[in-house]
Amino acid sequence: MPVQDYIRKRFFPHIWCGGCGHGIVLQGMLAAIEELGINKKDVAMVSGIGCSSRIVGYTDFHTLHTLHGRALSFATGVKFSKPSLNVIVPMGDGDAMAIGGNHFIHACRRNIDMTAVIMNNRIYGMTGGQFSPLSGQGIYATTAPYSNIDYEFDTVELARGAGATFVARTTVFHATEITSIMKKAIQHKGFSVVEVLTQCPTYFGRKNKIKGTTDMMEWFKTNTTAIGSDAKKANPSLIERGIFVQTEKNEYCKAYDKIIEIASKEKEA
Amino acid sequence: MEGNIKFVQGNEACVEGALYAGCNFFAGYPITPSTEVAEGLASRLPKNGGKFIQMEDEIASMCAIIGASLTGAKTMTATSGPGFSLKQEALGYAIMAEIPCVIVNVQRGGPSTGNPTHVAQGDVMQAKWGTHGDHSIVAMTASNIQDVFEITIEAFNIAETFRTPVILLFDEIVGHMREKLVIPEKGKIPVIERLRTSVPPGTDYHPYFPRKDGRLPMSDFGGEHRYNVTGLFHDMWGFPTDKPELVHSLMRHLIDKIDTHPKHICKTKKHFLDDAETVLVSYGASARTALEVVNYSRARDRKVGLLELQTIWPFPKDVVAEYCDKAKRVVVVEMNMGQVMEQVKASVQCPANVFLCNRYDGTLINTDDVKNVLRVIEGRGF
Repeated sequence: MPVQDYIRKRFFPHIWCGGCGHGIVLQGMLAAIEELGINKKDVAMVSGIGCSSRIVGYTDFHTLHTLHGRALSFATGVKFSKPSLNVIVPMGDGDAMAIGGNHFIHACRRNIDMTAVIMNNRIYGMTGGQFSPLSGQGIYATTAPYSNIDYEFDTVELARGAGATFVARTTVFHATEITSIMKKAIQHKGFSVVEVLTQCPTYFGRKNKIKGTTDMMEWFKTNTTAIGSDAKKANPSLIERGIFVQTEKNEYCKAYDKIIEIASKEKEA
Repeated sequence: MEGNIKFVQGNEACVEGALYAGCNFFAGYPITPSTEVAEGLASRLPKNGGKFIQMEDEIASMCAIIGASLTGAKTMTATSGPGFSLKQEALGYAIMAEIPCVIVNVQRGGPSTGNPTHVAQGDVMQAKWGTHGDHSIVAMTASNIQDVFEITIEAFNIAETFRTPVILLFDEIVGHMREKLVIPEKGKIPVIERLRTSVPPGTDYHPYFPRKDGRLPMSDFGGEHRYNVTGLFHDMWGFPTDKPELVHSLMRHLIDKIDTHPKHICKTKKHFLDDAETVLVSYGASARTALEVVNYSRARDRKVGLLELQTIWPFPKDVVAEYCDKAKRVVVVEMNMGQVMEQVKASVQCPANVFLCNRYDGTLINTDDVKNVLRVIEGRGF
C-alpha cells in the first residue's frame, strides 16, 4: 500500500508552515507502518496539543487529538483497554516534556507497549515562539528575549532513567533513519521513546538568526553523529543518534493479564 | 431470598452499581474520602476480565477513562475535591468529544485541601461550571446506600444514552456510612448498552453527525471505522473547524442534547409533598436529616414535605417550581453556603419565600439545625 493511502487527503492542506520539519516525521512514521504491513484499523494515533499534535488528524488511523500534555494518559487508556492496538503518540517538546512531563516519566516507568515520538523543535510553535524545556541555555525566544537561562532536559537520559525499554534519537535530516528506528520502536514490546530533532524556521529560526530551513537541516547533519562513532570521540559536543536503550522487561498489559488470571480464580465473596 | 443482600458503605454500593451497569474499566488516584471506590474496583474488576489502573495523578486518570471509553469500555473514575478540580480540563474534553464516562466525586470540605475526612456539599457549582466554556452537564446524587447503587447504574445509562460524562456528586457521609444494600438479579434494573453505528465497513461513517433524535452512534477504536476525535470544535468527521456555523451548531447540540431531556434525566424523590405548606429541598446526606425533620413534623400535624433532588444538573427547575410555588415557604437544606438555594430561588415565582438552612463546619447538618430554622420562619420563635 503506498504511503499516501495512510493519509486523509480530505483534510489537506495541512496547517504547518513552509519549511517545518513535521511533515518529514509524518512521512517517516507512515513509511514505518507501511513497511511493517500493519493494517490501518490496528493503529491508534494519540496526540496532545501543538503544531506536532495536528499530525494525527492527517493520518487514516483511529486518531485521538487530546489535551496539552495529556496524550500519553489518553493513550494509556486506549492501549490498556484494547491491547491489540498499536498505539503511537506523537508529541511536541513542550507538550511531552513540560506540561506532560509527569505523564511521560510514568509511561516510561509503567512500560506499557506504546511508542512516544517527541518531535523536538526546541520551541513552542503554535503559541508563537516561547522557549521549551528542550530549548537550552542561550536560546532566544519570545519569552526569553534576553536569552534563555533554563537548562534543558536530555530526552534520552530522562527516558532511560524513568525506565523506558526502548529509547532512540534521530533527526529530520536523517529521514530514512526515522523510518528504520520507528519500525523497531513499534515492534518493541514495551514503552518506546523516539526523539526526532526537527526544525521550526518560523519561530526558532527567526528568533535565533538562523537564516533558512536548509541551514537548520544542515545543523542536524553537522552536529549529530551515530552512537559511539569516531566523530563523537573526537568531538564530544556532537549529539548522538541511534538506539540508546533496547531491553526486555515485563510489559504492563501482559502483566495485568496475569492479574486477571489470579483474580478470576478467586471466587466472588 | 431474592437478590443479593449486603451491608456496605456508600462507596462500596457505588462499586456494586458500577459493576451491575457493566463498568469494565476504572482509572483512579488515591484520595480521601473516595478511595474505597478504587480499592473495590481494583479487587473486583479483574475477576471478570475488567481493567483497573492506578494512574500517576488525577488528570491522567480522567484522560485514561476517556481513551478507554473510545475503545468501547464502560469507564469510571472516582475522586474528591482537589482531584475533582484537577479533572476539570479533561471533563471538558469528554463533553466536547461526547465520550460516555462516569466521574464520582465524594465531596469533602473545601476550598483547597480543606477538610479531607469530613462532609461537605460545596462542589455543586463546580460540577456545573468547573470546566471552562459553555456546556451542559449531568450531575446526580443519592442519600442512602440503595439509592447510591441505583443512581450509579442510572449514571452509566445516561452517559451511554446521551454520550456525555456524568458526575456522581456523593458526599463523605453517604460514601462512608453503612446500610443494607439489596443487589437485584441481573436484568431487574435496565442497563443501557452503547449505541453503535450500523454503517457497514467501507461506507463513510460520520462520528459527529447526529441522527434525527440527536443521538450519535459510536464506533469503537480498533473497529472498522477510523475517525478523528478532538477537543476542538469539529465537523461531522471529527475534524477541527472554526467555521462559525459549525461552531454554533455544535454548541447548540451539546447544550440541547442534555437540556431538552429533563424528564429523562431529572430524578427527584417526593416525600409528603402533596399538601406541604413548608417544602424542604435537599439532597445527599442533608436529605436524610431533612426527611427526619419531615417525619417529626408530620407526627405533630405540621404540613412539612421534602423534595429530594437526585439530579442536581441539569437543575430540575420544573419540578422544584411545581412543588415550591404551592408552598408557603421553602427551606433548602444543604452543607454549603447556599449553592442549591440559589438555583431554587431562580426556579420559583417568589424567591423571598426561599430560605437557607445550612451547615459548613464539616459535620452533618442535624435535625435541630433544621427545626430551629423552621421555628423562626414559621413564626414560632427560636
